[in-house]
Amino acid sequence: MDPLMLARIQYAATTIFHFFFVPVSIGMVFMIAVMETMYVVKGKEEYKKMAKFWGKLFLINFAVGVVTGILQEFQFGMNWSDYSRFVGDVFGAPLAIEALAAFFLESTFIGIWIFGWDRLSKKVHLLSIWLVCFGTTLSALWILAANSFMQHPVGYQINNGRAEMTDFFALLANGQLWVEFPHTVLGALATGSFLICGISAYKMLKKIDYSFFKSSFKIALVVALCSSFLTAIFGHQQAQYLVETQPMKMAASEGLWGESGDPAPWTVAAFIDPTNKENKYEIKIPYLLSFLSYSKFSGEVKGMNELQAEYTQKYGEGNYIPPVRTTFWSFRIMVAAGSLMILFSAYGLYLWMRKKMDRPNKGYLRLMLFGISLPYIANTSGWIMTEMGRQPWTVFGLMTTADSVSPSVTAGQVLFSIIAFCTVYAALAVVMVFLWLKVIKQGPYKTDASDNEHSTDPFGKEGYHAVS
Amino acid sequence: MLSLNELWFILVAVLFIGFFFLEGFDFGVGMATGILAKNDTERRVLINSIGPFWDGNEVWLLTAGGAIFAAFPNWYATMFSGYYTPLVVLLLALIARGVAFEFRGKVQDNRWKKTWDICIFIGSLLPPFLLGVVFSGFMKGLPIDGQMEMKAGLFDMVNGYTLVGGVTVTVLCFVHGLLFTVLRTEGEIQARARRLAKQMLYPLAALLALTGVATYFATDIFEAHGTVLSVLALLGLAAFLLAGYFLSHKRDGWAFGMTGAVIALAIIGVFAGLFPNVMISSVDSAFNLTIHNAASGHYSLKVMTIVALSLLPFVLGYQIWSYFIFHKRVHEKSHLEY
Repeated sequence: MDPLMLARIQYAATTIFHFFFVPVSIGMVFMIAVMETMYVVKGKEEYKKMAKFWGKLFLINFAVGVVTGILQEFQFGMNWSDYSRFVGDVFGAPLAIEALAAFFLESTFIGIWIFGWDRLSKKVHLLSIWLVCFGTTLSALWILAANSFMQHPVGYQINNGRAEMTDFFALLANGQLWVEFPHTVLGALATGSFLICGISAYKMLKKIDYSFFKSSFKIALVVALCSSFLTAIFGHQQAQYLVETQPMKMAASEGLWGESGDPAPWTVAAFIDPTNKENKYEIKIPYLLSFLSYSKFSGEVKGMNELQAEYTQKYGEGNYIPPVRTTFWSFRIMVAAGSLMILFSAYGLYLWMRKKMDRPNKGYLRLMLFGISLPYIANTSGWIMTEMGRQPWTVFGLMTTADSVSPSVTAGQVLFSIIAFCTVYAALAVVMVFLWLKVIKQGPYKTDASDNEHSTDPFGKEGYHAVS
Repeated sequence: MLSLNELWFILVAVLFIGFFFLEGFDFGVGMATGILAKNDTERRVLINSIGPFWDGNEVWLLTAGGAIFAAFPNWYATMFSGYYTPLVVLLLALIARGVAFEFRGKVQDNRWKKTWDICIFIGSLLPPFLLGVVFSGFMKGLPIDGQMEMKAGLFDMVNGYTLVGGVTVTVLCFVHGLLFTVLRTEGEIQARARRLAKQMLYPLAALLALTGVATYFATDIFEAHGTVLSVLALLGLAAFLLAGYFLSHKRDGWAFGMTGAVIALAIIGVFAGLFPNVMISSVDSAFNLTIHNAASGHYSLKVMTIVALSLLPFVLGYQIWSYFIFHKRVHEKSHLEY
């Protein structure tokens, strides 16, 4: 088998898996910080219970996110050593800063938060969860600064056959970063809040601890609506930026081979035939692509054939068209999932305004339970579009994926690691879901079993639980 | 005046010292859960004694990796791709260990706990061993070609010398962890940890001596840095003897500090011995990776210097603060989160 293809499969599989957990962590820790703030401000025990209950779920998720993240940092060197040599001068910096500024902060203060309930004053304890929240966001900023360089390289010069940093602040001021970072972090908030809404809806359907979950639901609903709406706004910004900086990705995500015409219509669905470079059957909405690209109802968008000719002239012979069907459909799936998220949460707000939130109808609760899947779908398909749409490049215009792979790593080695990681990751997923269901079933009012039930020490049985 | 390349070589060493000093003891405690603890309660006391810290400790490794990437991309690329398979095993061990801490106490079932106990034990045993093997390999030399590609077979990576290095690092972390246990627990388990630590000092002494002698014969780092390495070895010997002295006089904090000093001196020894190389080629010394041919450009190093030197004090500050918050000893009636 081809070591390049294997390395790509491993990178995609492990990164997608990792990103099931990251947005949940970012989103949930924010929600928990909000809940604990309400506890400190209002002094109501219920909010503390909330922070702890959702905190328990968060910690299980966080653990998986952290351990799968270690691989992410090592993988560049392991599987993409030529890439690392070529961009390390620029790309290594944000990664190192992410560890130094963000990982230390979140890992230290999460320890303080978990173990500090009875050792710290309320305010210091609250501060620790906000610092974790700050840390996770900071981490997102730096890793996305690195990713933005791959989408739209800035602040570098090619010296000695590699990219060398010439302007650190250009990396941070990268326009790509400032559309990608808000879009991703807001998407993460939407993920965390939809999870809390969905789980709360489930418990409300079961009529267990109704008032606890109703309050959780309401807090999460506010965040869900705001964040999913804002995610879409920044998604729109990102699309406009894409037209300027990576028009090929834009054209591929539209399945646009030839000229779009002016004003450009948006293709809802199409049968794409990449071999003959044409689409059979298309459903189009007039004006919409112009609006998506330029925020006005006129303007042309370049097609893939024209861009291919341009790039061939600029970069030499080669195929510069990414996998069109993947890019096209992942974009649509993301948009569809995101739109449903806005609709679902807006409908919740409507029920709330109509004062129907105290006894919301079962249909709506079921909808929100199903809604848990939406952010996962949107996050995953969004990243597939972003990364697949950039192909054949790892760093747009500078280095191709084929040139990035480690020359000294054999197909056998990668095959072994794919099998090893996928097996372990599958086991992690099963265990994590199992533990989540268990914690959800237990609910917020069950005292911590872990503290006194299973002590084999006869003197440990009266072991008090300092927390509750 | 230090060049930036030299400064970053030192900073990477500092990050590894931080890592082995801190994560070293929590690896040791992890090993102790399988060797020292007699029942579930004792295992939980041990795990909770490192509960608030282990995650933050592990970040020292991630930061060291990130720093190598940023400051010495060629070192990062050669090492991580060259040591591909051992690193896969290292990652699997760290993954299993990390989730095991979080998962273990969530279900009250013996088989469940047993499974995660195995993960904690193996996940704490393998990483120091593998890292010991990797670091000894740096000094002994690896088949690195003119394109900086390391094409190593199993026996280039795992051989008599690197095995000695791996075992020594593992046992050193174990003793360091036992002393941490002495510091952080009380009662019977503390007494047993103290006893075992004392007994372990003899094999550790033998291993450290063996590593020193093996390094003298198996590598050529003494040729260039003989004086410095001899001084470090003497300091290491002094720290080791002091560790034994403090341990038998129940000055536990000092004893722990001294095993920490042995760890720090060992890492300094590795880096001082390598300097100005970062990886030695067994093919041709012209192919050695050095702090110059592996490094990032001047501008990048300058930026990273400013960033690192302004952030590190804060990191140290809040990490020390977290140790201060949780300075009380852990016993079976404490709040055991895990």
